[in-house]
Amino acid sequence: MFFDYFSAFAKRMGKCLIVIGVLIMKKSIITVVGKDCVGIIAKICTYLADNDVNILDISQTIVDGYFNMMMIADTNGSKKEFLTLSSELEELGEKIGCIVKLQREDIFNRMQRI
Amino acid sequence: MININEVIETNAMIEKENLDVRTITLGISLLDCISDDLNTLCNNIYNKITTVAKDLVKTGKEIEREYAIPIVNKRISVTPIALIGASACKSIDDYVTIAKTLDRAAKEVGVNFLGGFSALPAKGMTKSEELLIKSIPQALKETEHICSSVNLGSTKTGINMDAVALMGKIIKECAYLTRDNDSIGCAKLVVFCNAPDDNPFMAGAFHGVTETDNVVNVGVSGPGVIKYALEEVKNSDFETLCEKIKKTAFKITRLGQLVAQEASKRLNIPFGIVDLSLAPTPAIGDSIAEILEAMGLEKVGAPGTTAALALLNDSVKKGGIMASSYVGGLSGAFIPVSEDQGMINAVKAGSLTLEKLEAMTCVCSVGLDMIAIPGDTSESTISGIIADEMAIGMINQKTTAVRIIPVYGKKVGDEAVFGGLLGFAPIMKVNSFSCEDFIKRGGRIPAPVHSFKN
Repeated sequence: MFFDYFSAFAKRMGKCLIVIGVLIMKKSIITVVGKDCVGIIAKICTYLADNDVNILDISQTIVDGYFNMMMIADTNGSKKEFLTLSSELEELGEKIGCIVKLQREDIFNRMQRI
Repeated sequence: MININEVIETNAMIEKENLDVRTITLGISLLDCISDDLNTLCNNIYNKITTVAKDLVKTGKEIEREYAIPIVNKRISVTPIALIGASACKSIDDYVTIAKTLDRAAKEVGVNFLGGFSALPAKGMTKSEELLIKSIPQALKETEHICSSVNLGSTKTGINMDAVALMGKIIKECAYLTRDNDSIGCAKLVVFCNAPDDNPFMAGAFHGVTETDNVVNVGVSGPGVIKYALEEVKNSDFETLCEKIKKTAFKITRLGQLVAQEASKRLNIPFGIVDLSLAPTPAIGDSIAEILEAMGLEKVGAPGTTAALALLNDSVKKGGIMASSYVGGLSGAFIPVSEDQGMINAVKAGSLTLEKLEAMTCVCSVGLDMIAIPGDTSESTISGIIADEMAIGMINQKTTAVRIIPVYGKKVGDEAVFGGLLGFAPIMKVNSFSCEDFIKRGGRIPAPVHSFKN
């Protein structure tokens, strides 16, 4: 009996913690702009995986003939500083001929939402 | 959740349309530095500024990189020095010593400008204020990062015409002392009517006595973003035009609010205000004049210019006020001639005159800004131009200002080059009829009635 109560309570708490975790998690946006070619996503994703950055969402589109990709990512698990990740992604972008940017999500939320 | 089109739009504003945060200005109160000994005072000032502002530039750069948004300037404003130096300064040289101390502190913390070498003789002038004003030309000559401002009147007090007459002389002297650099000293000196206590923009920033100890104020920018937005609504009616400006101003201001709050949190200094002013730069596509031209004017200065500017200014405020919890400072559209390529083109084409600029200042802040005039313009004519602008501010209960540069040795048709954000300016024609007898009367113009407003 006690165990059932405890397990239900623990489950609820678990859900709450997940919700709180999502709410307080500071997300980041990675954008990749450039000419389309083989392996862009693979190279970026490999870098992110190597650095413990979790990808939450990916979308892509073509604007004025240029490949545009956006990733919503969680950098909190990474051992590297945000600004280090940002510089390394920029360097990686230069190697694959794209402009890669890492930005805090707040800027988009603030400007695009009331 | 944010979608890819919103991300692309925001980044296009930054990369292609010159969206930036123009300045994070840290206001620092120097009231607790006051001493009757000049050396002690200077040490107190230097120590306070270099302690409070030590992380300002570093924090600004971090925010810049994390959000990938340029923050063009990191600056400091301090309590008007005429108040701080009143008991220690017995001569003009004493005030110049304080200016040099401020300059050293600005250099040490890495800011590009420090404002507040200021006096506020809106009604009467104390001995200390008079000394500070007389020290301005030498102080601006001997320093690199110091900006100076003088508040000459207000709606509540009227206009101090003795101070207006004195400023005509000071501006000429300042132009002469910095004659080797196209009289650039005058570009760092502005006179006000109804000066705000929380303005983050130079040259008029100072930390008013109504403020708390230290405060973070932010000035946004973004004429380019508004111009591009208006190109999407080229042939639509005024309702659509105003809606577009409001929505765009909302986005720009939210960015300012985010940067201000972030800077405030990281520096552990309270957030003051966001200044909504649209501030142009000499860069192509970052111009107020081009916004007015995108509304349908062939050139700025054409009939309809004042109405277009009024519409722009009002819509920016409506959008901006919704975006930020605390709006303050000047919050209007700046119309500096030398800092706006569109304005420079209009002056060169003969479309924009000093008189039209004066009319435009009735509907926007901040006033006659960065206007180069012939070096042989008389002191009393400069005072007359100032008095006209102060009268507009006093009667309309708004801030107006004059930052005018009588460029030594240059005449109409020549050009003055200031460099950087200050840009360059064609020398503009000034009405040559005299106002000397009017200016030399002395005394002050009384405060206006606050009713019967026609």
